[in-house]
Amino acid sequence: MSEAGRVPTLLEVHDLEVSFNTEDGVVRAVDGVGLELKSDEVLAVVGESGSGKSVTALTMMGLTRGPNASISGTAHFEGTELIGASDEELRRVRGNRMSMIFQDPMSSLNPVYRVGAQIVEQIRAHRDVSATEARQRAVELLDAVGIPDPGIRVDAYPHELSGGMRQRAMIAMALSLDPSLLIADEPTTALDVTIQAQLIELLRKLNEERDLSIVLITHDIGVVAEIADRVAVMYAGRIVEQGTLDEVFYDPQHPYTWGLLGSLTRIDRPRPDRLPQIPGMPPSLLEPPVGCHFRPRCPHAFDRCQSVPDLNTRLPEAPAHFDRCFLSPEQKRERREVGDGT
Amino acid sequence: MRSQLARFAVRRVLSMVFVLFAVSVLVFLIFNVLPGGDPAVRMAGKAHTETQVEAIREEWGFDEPLYVQYGTMMKKLFTGDMISYFTEVSVTEEIRKGAPRTFALAIGAAIIWMAFAIALGVYSALRAGRISDRVLTVLALIGISMPAFWLGAILSYYLGYKAGIFPNGGYVEFLVSPTEWLWHLILPWFTLSILFIGFYSRVLRSDILETMGEDYVRTARAKGLSERRVMLKHVLRNSLIPIITLWGLDFGAVLGGGAILTETVFNLQGVGQYFADAIGQLDLPPIMAVTMFGAFFIVIFNTVVDIAYAALDPRIRLEGGSKA
Repeated sequence: MSEAGRVPTLLEVHDLEVSFNTEDGVVRAVDGVGLELKSDEVLAVVGESGSGKSVTALTMMGLTRGPNASISGTAHFEGTELIGASDEELRRVRGNRMSMIFQDPMSSLNPVYRVGAQIVEQIRAHRDVSATEARQRAVELLDAVGIPDPGIRVDAYPHELSGGMRQRAMIAMALSLDPSLLIADEPTTALDVTIQAQLIELLRKLNEERDLSIVLITHDIGVVAEIADRVAVMYAGRIVEQGTLDEVFYDPQHPYTWGLLGSLTRIDRPRPDRLPQIPGMPPSLLEPPVGCHFRPRCPHAFDRCQSVPDLNTRLPEAPAHFDRCFLSPEQKRERREVGDGT
Repeated sequence: MRSQLARFAVRRVLSMVFVLFAVSVLVFLIFNVLPGGDPAVRMAGKAHTETQVEAIREEWGFDEPLYVQYGTMMKKLFTGDMISYFTEVSVTEEIRKGAPRTFALAIGAAIIWMAFAIALGVYSALRAGRISDRVLTVLALIGISMPAFWLGAILSYYLGYKAGIFPNGGYVEFLVSPTEWLWHLILPWFTLSILFIGFYSRVLRSDILETMGEDYVRTARAKGLSERRVMLKHVLRNSLIPIITLWGLDFGAVLGGGAILTETVFNLQGVGQYFADAIGQLDLPPIMAVTMFGAFFIVIFNTVVDIAYAALDPRIRLEGGSKA
């Protein structure tokens, strides 16, 4: 955890809006998202499916561009403005300074090429090195992410590797040009828990040893607790709360965060008769509710919630802890306790 | 990993030999055993004499056990001493004469239809949903719907007979005159290709669109590859696999005399036309011989396709083991 101002900011996103024209109308997938990532930091973006966290990440990589998408806002990364960048500028950044790994390692590698060839391809897309050198580098990378017999596995086809191995290979590929930022979009969701733990450990090691900043997108609160420095909670296209891991976990300010944390089953508490859940469904992003997006499901909603609350600091003692809720800190503390008891 | 492919190829070739044997047994049963009545009488045709029938029966050994009959038939097929009792001409000789014509038609058309199909399929996919894509969709449908006997007749009437740009059917040996050879084949090539172009370009278009949505294509973009490389090495490379499979199978069928209509409309005198003539007269020896000839190419190209498929998609090599 770093003091604000000292450590340079690596990625700064402001007012990011992404909407898609679909046959059913305009889907506002990301609605004014702002993020800030310092060097060497791990930022977890948490939220349920459809909350816009993946779209946010893909947009920074330029992977949501298309005739049906309209994108506005700014995203500054190492002196490059990503949102307005030309395709060629963006191509030079991605895979190079900033890379991404995805949810399903089974389908993220091209089945017809050997793993090593796919890493070599990425290296040679950005650096003028010989095939032999690039291959040597690929073997080192596979070794670095903990793949046994990297000299043999470099010639394996993706289907010859297990899911965990493939995700390691994806990570090796993402690291091939020593990026400063890794965006990991639910990297462990498709894998079983033991493999999940190993991969999270690997990401933490890379973060510490290689000065790699990580944006980790996940809906798994347990994963967040293990690795994140800071947490941003997203709901229906907006960030509803943002702060350090401790702030968000031990002093959550937004009723949605309470619900999210409350729905965890905990080993240190008596087993509940029924798994706690947030009543209702996430809203359709075709016609999001007026005002606070969480209002229809929020037991604490009142008339002010008809307008959109700003993402603001509301706690004098925690200047980096933001939330998007009109309740006063005292009300929150009071009601949270009540909510927590169930 | 290379040896994995080699093992797969050996397995496929062995099973091909078995399939060829099974096909030959089936052909024998279908023509000589299953139909009622005397096979010698059927072979001799309507206007036969008792002595002719007796001679055929003697020659083919129809009063001997089935396995001896099968052996005799195979011997006749492969040594070339099978003759048509209608024309008194050697069947093998006729096939040998027709084969180069059929091959010229098949090879030229296969190149043309694949080249056009790839070009149009890629173009359609890149323009999916726009006007040019819709126009191509309609054209492809028209192409698929036009029967070869109609299209061939129209082309040869208007461009051949009326306008005099192309010869009105027939075939000229390549060694006699390469330009004439080419000139005589252009209309047949296109007549045969139109259907395949329409069909293949549609298949390729939808495969490309499907592949563009694959996760590994998103990965390729995320790696910072150029759009051109993403399209060629990741999208096209993977979406070509299905149509290469189709291509091999159709090419085998046309090589084996499957382009009966095109050959007949343009009077190319190839194996397919020979087959059609034989069927018209119920002339059994050529029908049997060409059936074997066609089956041979289809089985061989099936094997070639399987091996090519395994070479193009490494995942197939493992699955092959349990399939065979």
